Amino acid sequence: MNGDQAMRAFAAGLPGPEFPNPAWVTPKPLAQSTVAIVTSAALHTPDDEAFSAADTGYRVIERHRRDLVMGHWSPNFDHTGIVLDLNVVYPIDRLEELAQQGAIGAVAPRHISFAGNQPDDVATIRLDTGPQAAAALKADGVDVVLLTPV
Amino acid sequence: MSVLAHVFEAAGIATVALSSVREMCAKVSPPRALHCEFPLGRPLGKPNDAAFQHDVLARAFALLDAPSGPVLVDHPEVIESDEQPLACALPPRFDPSLPPAVDEARGLRKAYDRQLSRRGVTAVGRVTDADGVPGAIGVLHAIANGADWKEAGLPGGNTISVCHDIRNYYEEAALELVDGPPPVGRAMEDWFYDQTEAGRTILAARAAIKDSGAKFPIWFYMVAGHR
Repeated sequence: MNGDQAMRAFAAGLPGPEFPNPAWVTPKPLAQSTVAIVTSAALHTPDDEAFSAADTGYRVIERHRRDLVMGHWSPNFDHTGIVLDLNVVYPIDRLEELAQQGAIGAVAPRHISFAGNQPDDVATIRLDTGPQAAAALKADGVDVVLLTPV
Repeated sequence: MSVLAHVFEAAGIATVALSSVREMCAKVSPPRALHCEFPLGRPLGKPNDAAFQHDVLARAFALLDAPSGPVLVDHPEVIESDEQPLACALPPRFDPSLPPAVDEARGLRKAYDRQLSRRGVTAVGRVTDADGVPGAIGVLHAIANGADWKEAGLPGGNTISVCHDIRNYYEEAALELVDGPPPVGRAMEDWFYDQTEAGRTILAARAAIKDSGAKFPIWFYMVAGHR
């Protein structure tokens, strides 16, 4: 079993919170939608507050920023892909290209980064910081969120 | 990620999640998900391959056309994590009065600086900077050889952050020295732990901290869990 297989086997056994009545948004056409990225890669700018070990908060990434570092506390995945190309985690340049092509309506002015290593009950991001981040994107007119996991 | 999909959807924003652990995604069941069996840490699969990244995004955004959900679809391509260590030259021994790992880290400094100059940003800096990396390795060397980890002077007093800084310093430097194509999946990790003096020093310090009776989180997360 290689490292990724071991991590996937471990993660597959973690408790998964239940959402008995999940919300469903019927999206408007993508070509008219403003799209934001929300990642769990603990990305932040060098001048931003670093992520702590049990950080349940999020950082806001302005659309034009590319000087991002991964502040994730887990040593259990590859950290070099993002050094080679930010877009392999945070596909911001791809979104800009899709907007230029008219495939999406617009790139959101702000994007969101959480840390993927959360307490098992995920209570804070579910009830507190997650809704806060959603409200911030909503205020920016975001219609669609792309979630990228790390 | 899947939890956040539910949270954002409840706030009125449509979501598409990329999935990296299929079982967890199926369990939490976000409204729309594209499972990507790619190396962990690379959710879009391939660095510097815009066409492939656009393919992933096109398949993900296509899920927005589904009339109802949840929808969980697999990307057709599987990318295995390469477990072959990266081919990367290490500096020759320069100052035999130093522990080998400290000497090695000093020798990588120019490569690290070139990478920083090229990219303009570095992940080194949680508890020490590039200037402090050789000294931090020296502290881990002392711990591996019997020093009390609580008294040894670890930067930031934290066993995990300093290991991230050291590993990031090495990996960023190695990208300047690599022979052949850029590393895939875990090739860089394997190089660091299996072939560098710093990687071996961290593993030895971790074993010493474990043997001293320290609590699990203090030593376990110093390196990848399967090691």
